Amino acid sequence: MRMARFWRHGDRPFGWITLLAALLLLGLVGGIAVALWQNSALSRDAFGLEFLVTSRWDPAIDRVFGALPFIQGTLVTSALALVLAIPVGVGAAIFLAELAPGWLSRPLGLLIELLAAVPSVVYGLWGLFVLIPAVAKPLGVALNGSLGFLPIFEGPVFGPSRLAAGLLLSVMVLPTIAAISRDVLFAIPNSQREGALALGATHWEVVHQVLIPYGASGLLGAIILGLGRALGETIAVTMVIGNNLDLSASLLHPGYTMASIIANEFTEATFDLYLEALIEIGLILFAMTLLINLFAQLLIWRVRRRTVGQVRV
Amino acid sequence: MLGLAGLAAFLAVLPLAWIIVYVTQAGLPALTLDFFTNLPTPVGVPGGGIINAIVGSAITVGLGLLLAGPVGTLVAIYATANAERPIGTVIRFATDTLSGVPSIVMGIFAYTIVVLPQRHFSALAGGVVLAFIMLPIVIRSTEEMLKLVPSSLREASLALGAAEWRTWRNVLVPAAWNGILTGLMLAVARAAGEAAPMLFTAFGNPFMSVSLDQPIATLPHTIYIYAISPYEDWRAKAWATALVLIILVLALNVAARYVTGRRARKLGTVTR
Amino acid sequence: MTLATQHDSGQSSLPAAGSAAPPRPPGAGPASAPATRIAIHNLTVHYGTFCAVRNVTLDIPANQVTAIIGPSGCGKSTVVRSLNRMTDLVPGARVSGEAILDGENILRPEVDVVNVRRRIGMVFQRPNPFPKSIYDNVAYGPRLHGVRDRDLDEVVERTLRGAALWDEVKDKLHQSALALSGGQQQRLCIARAMAVEPEVILMDEPASAIDPIGTLRIEELIADLRATYTIVIVTHNMQQASRVSDVTAFFTMDEDRAGYMVEFGPTIEIFTNPRNQLTEDYVSGRFG
Repeated sequence: MRMARFWRHGDRPFGWITLLAALLLLGLVGGIAVALWQNSALSRDAFGLEFLVTSRWDPAIDRVFGALPFIQGTLVTSALALVLAIPVGVGAAIFLAELAPGWLSRPLGLLIELLAAVPSVVYGLWGLFVLIPAVAKPLGVALNGSLGFLPIFEGPVFGPSRLAAGLLLSVMVLPTIAAISRDVLFAIPNSQREGALALGATHWEVVHQVLIPYGASGLLGAIILGLGRALGETIAVTMVIGNNLDLSASLLHPGYTMASIIANEFTEATFDLYLEALIEIGLILFAMTLLINLFAQLLIWRVRRRTVGQVRV
Repeated sequence: MLGLAGLAAFLAVLPLAWIIVYVTQAGLPALTLDFFTNLPTPVGVPGGGIINAIVGSAITVGLGLLLAGPVGTLVAIYATANAERPIGTVIRFATDTLSGVPSIVMGIFAYTIVVLPQRHFSALAGGVVLAFIMLPIVIRSTEEMLKLVPSSLREASLALGAAEWRTWRNVLVPAAWNGILTGLMLAVARAAGEAAPMLFTAFGNPFMSVSLDQPIATLPHTIYIYAISPYEDWRAKAWATALVLIILVLALNVAARYVTGRRARKLGTVTR
Repeated sequence: MTLATQHDSGQSSLPAAGSAAPPRPPGAGPASAPATRIAIHNLTVHYGTFCAVRNVTLDIPANQVTAIIGPSGCGKSTVVRSLNRMTDLVPGARVSGEAILDGENILRPEVDVVNVRRRIGMVFQRPNPFPKSIYDNVAYGPRLHGVRDRDLDEVVERTLRGAALWDEVKDKLHQSALALSGGQQQRLCIARAMAVEPEVILMDEPASAIDPIGTLRIEELIADLRATYTIVIVTHNMQQASRVSDVTAFFTMDEDRAGYMVEFGPTIEIFTNPRNQLTEDYVSGRFG
């Protein structure tokens, strides 16, 4: 009887097991940070903060490592992806949430969610053999021809390039932005729309003056989650960016990103400092995506608190 | 304005259609029965298949599911039971954070905790990294479904003298089961398509292996290797493998949504 | 099924006060001293800082139907929920006082709540059958408590017969309980509680979400169950209390919105000859 009371009919061990699982989750998140930090000690000690701002990546002769080209490549391709994906993604969300009739909105929404499910290696394959020859290269040539005087469109024009990576990434983050923005718009109470419509606003004015300001932080959250996905995207980018260490300003040049240098060189890192420099890049990438996700969560939680509807992140 | 937004929606779904059509076109010719049953052949040798990658994906994804499924469900139960307490918020925050960690970074982590101590790449490491990737998906969908189960069912079970754990096992989890299944399917779909973290965990293997202790091939990794190779016949195989993978992943996604629809009907009406 | 008249008659049948209910045997009431099943003493329940019920002292007689009536918010549900320890599920709820069942205070935190709930069953306001088959709903409790599979058929049939539901569901035992009507669902929930073989069944407004015919069935069932179980029924429906109960407790709210018990006695006295003015106002419809 005392035993039964102690075990509480199995509830006590059950409580321990679920607690253990929860601790495992927390340990996993903490463990990633600790493992990346500890296993990059050699590199952090050797290069300090210079690692972030120098651009020599020389594992062969001088064994000197600087991550600037990769950081630059990641930021440039992600920014390009957002510039292209935001108008399309938010526009599609407005169409799905506000304009399209239900019979059109639901299947379109499903297709967009399926787009998010396509494996990144398939995107890479399609990007390498379809998007580059059909879109990226001709677009690059055209941009170079008309705006070639700008440093970012300087020639020569390559197929695999930052432009190609940015284009492909924009396709990949688009479903994230579109689907979450749609949910944010859905979560806005109808009273907001009706209030404006009753004052004689047009549909466009409702979207522009009421819904977008009301859902602003949620939409920003959607965009930032899209950014998080772009920053960490690996295999597809590795396949189309050309993997070039030059710190060029031109979008039409091949480049490198943080994720793709890890993918390409991790198994070839022949000495500890080399491997730990790569892990430090992983650490930077982790820190960047962590901050960005925290920020996005914060924004979306604010929306969720304010509105009754559910927003799935 | 209608036109612009409609154009945006069209642009948003265009890539899916384009990818599906192209992958089908390029991949279908190489899809023979042999492709599913044979091992890869060296460059230039005709025939050859992806049986090793199919088996390898099944093993690594299966292992990931085996690890992430139970743990994820238990975490979701813990988070639901403690939803009102600060720890519930911490769990949710950790889950969202984990789902934002790039899979390549997960790969590095698995490398440091499995590959480094073992001193070699293995299917085990591949399964572990896939478990990390699946875990937040499982937790989130399970928690969301458990939240939807009416609290009156929990009361009913406890009032009959059932212990908490029996209430979870016999009433609440079964009531949310379709939703949990959806989460598991989406997690499997996601894990089955991960190539980046496999580069330095499962590592790939041109031969047949069913050992957890050996390097192993997977479908997405095989696509990557074939795609960046300079050989025309390997590229054809990349398309064929991509077709297999995309059918698998999209079918899982569509099926998952179908299951969710059924859940709504099952739980929807407690009284008529 | 026949109306609720097959009990210990022998006493003269008096029509219940002011109701068109069929004649029923009046309860013997505490006067003829039936054993007390649960002795509640100074029960007080707080939700956070809010006091929901204060200082309730009440002897629940064995094998009788005790009705708890009163305006909404007077804490009547809180009283029955604390007896089944459902208050444990509410964060911030604090229960003090005593409820003695067989010499043990079931409100003490150290008490084995699972055991308490096996002895004191509960039926809720809205029918809450599990999304399982009718059979599995009834078999749920017996399975928990170790009844073997081969004995289950018999237990399920006996219970459903006892709940007067057998004839309606015997051909669809393995269909979902959610396909039953609301009234049938509620009777299934009563059967589910009976299958555990508790001593006491608490019912928290069991018919408030049910149509009139379903309500009649439930009331008939309650009358039948009195022979086997001690029943406590919370209801805001005075007609119902006068029809089904032997003894009645009237609750109302204090100035600080804490519920308390005004009067407790044989149902017939509460309805025809209340001692307290508040009770009289309430039962004659002059309340609030």
